[in-house]
Amino acid sequence: MTRTLRALPTLLRIGLAEAVAYRAEMFVWVLSTTMPFVMWVMWSSVAERTPVVGQSGKAYSASAFSAYFFCAFIVRQIVSSWASWEMNFEVRQGTLAMRLLRPIHPMISYAMGHIAALPLRFFVVTPVTVALLLTCLDELPKDPRIWALWVPCMVGAWLVAFLSNIAVGTLCFFMESSLKVMEVWLACLMVFSGYLIPLDLFPPALRAVADVLPFHYQIGVPIEVMTGRHTFEQTARLVATQWAWAFALLMLSLVAWRSGVKRFQAFGG
Amino acid sequence: MGRYLQLLKLQLRTSALLAAQYRWDFLIDGLISLVWAATAIAPLLIVYSGRSQTMIPGWSMNEALVVTGWFILLQAILEGAINPGLQAVVDHIRKGTLDFVLLKPADAQFLVSTSRFQLWRVVSVGTGIAVFFIAFGRMGRAPSPAGLAQATVLLCTATLVLYSMWILIVSTAFYVVKVDNLTYMFSSIFDAARWPSSVFRGVLKAVFTFVIPLALMTTWPAEALLGRLEPVTLVYAIAASLGFAAASRTVWLLSLRRYASAGG
Repeated sequence: MTRTLRALPTLLRIGLAEAVAYRAEMFVWVLSTTMPFVMWVMWSSVAERTPVVGQSGKAYSASAFSAYFFCAFIVRQIVSSWASWEMNFEVRQGTLAMRLLRPIHPMISYAMGHIAALPLRFFVVTPVTVALLLTCLDELPKDPRIWALWVPCMVGAWLVAFLSNIAVGTLCFFMESSLKVMEVWLACLMVFSGYLIPLDLFPPALRAVADVLPFHYQIGVPIEVMTGRHTFEQTARLVATQWAWAFALLMLSLVAWRSGVKRFQAFGG
Repeated sequence: MGRYLQLLKLQLRTSALLAAQYRWDFLIDGLISLVWAATAIAPLLIVYSGRSQTMIPGWSMNEALVVTGWFILLQAILEGAINPGLQAVVDHIRKGTLDFVLLKPADAQFLVSTSRFQLWRVVSVGTGIAVFFIAFGRMGRAPSPAGLAQATVLLCTATLVLYSMWILIVSTAFYVVKVDNLTYMFSSIFDAARWPSSVFRGVLKAVFTFVIPLALMTTWPAEALLGRLEPVTLVYAIAASLGFAAASRTVWLLSLRRYASAGG
């Protein structure tokens, strides 16, 4: 345990160096997350013509949509995971063997790689945050307690994103590649997380489906907390459920990893 | 010319053999295509749910659905015919294996563009056409023959513009080497084509009309099918697509000159 802890700073340093080395690639990744802005254009054009009222009875004005999709961009930048692609690649190339040789659980080394990329991501998030504060300050919650809960909410969202990626990634031990599964997962994430459409605007039947899936806790919940859609009590309940999901996904990925890695044969070479 | 047709036939055959080898992909790609189509249609359904008025300026629900149909169709062409071949160029440049392509006694751009097709994306083409049928079925009418003819012309110009823009983007790989994910960037720009272009205003409208002509790709063909396209637009579309094609060819040739190979 202490040995793992002592390795963490070095792992983070290596991760950061890698992120800086491939900064052009990361910049392209950032440019490719334009979806919130595409959705924002459409929703605000709609909101200017007729008032949009959600199932909860609260209205969405054009500036509420601006706030929502600015936050969607920010959340997506911070809460993002590519672990399942990394795993698929390494299993196919056989390079996962190198990770397995290290005296540290591979899940931890993947996690460190993700965390080390965050400083560069903050670089991109900062201007958008400034734009958010300048244009939609009125849409943000004033209650400091909500902002206090927002921090664990972001951590929880990141855990859900990372662990679900690992869980889908471990499928590649059992089938040749889980990239197609990931693609279906991603499409569901787009619709049911609130990334494209605020969940509040869903028709009740679709909303019921979204509520039992983990996707909402990955992107939608942090956005809703940031834009003041929930009271303090509601927020607390949502964060608790979110962490329960994170815990369940952690158990699932640990079990799947354990049984999957036994089948790993390190082909390639 | 005949030689190139024969080459195209050969390349298509290799892709067909490859597709036949991974038969199960037919089912999986079909499923994925349906899921992505659902993500394109879901926002429209929610925007228009329970409201009869036009929520997007100048477009009713069914008319907007026609635009989405074009979006799905062109995305299938992009991912099935354009992306795979040109993704290969990026790999070739990084590894230095573009040498082998350049050595062959045929045009390099032709060879790389036709080198791979994802034939199972045909399923998505089917999905897009199905969306047209649904939309026109709900409107209770069919597109006019003239509209169909205009739409066919616009399909060609849209494909040509998509392809030319891809060549332009790929050419940057000669300058910046590590750009594996360019595909994703272009796809995400193309994402904005899923709405009728009237939702864009101000600067964005200018950008998406003149710089990245998204309107040409989905909105105009949809208007053609709906039978309300100004004939002048057709002329503009043809001129723009030819202009793009010429520009991309020039840039490709210039960039190729910069290619310095790489050590193996």
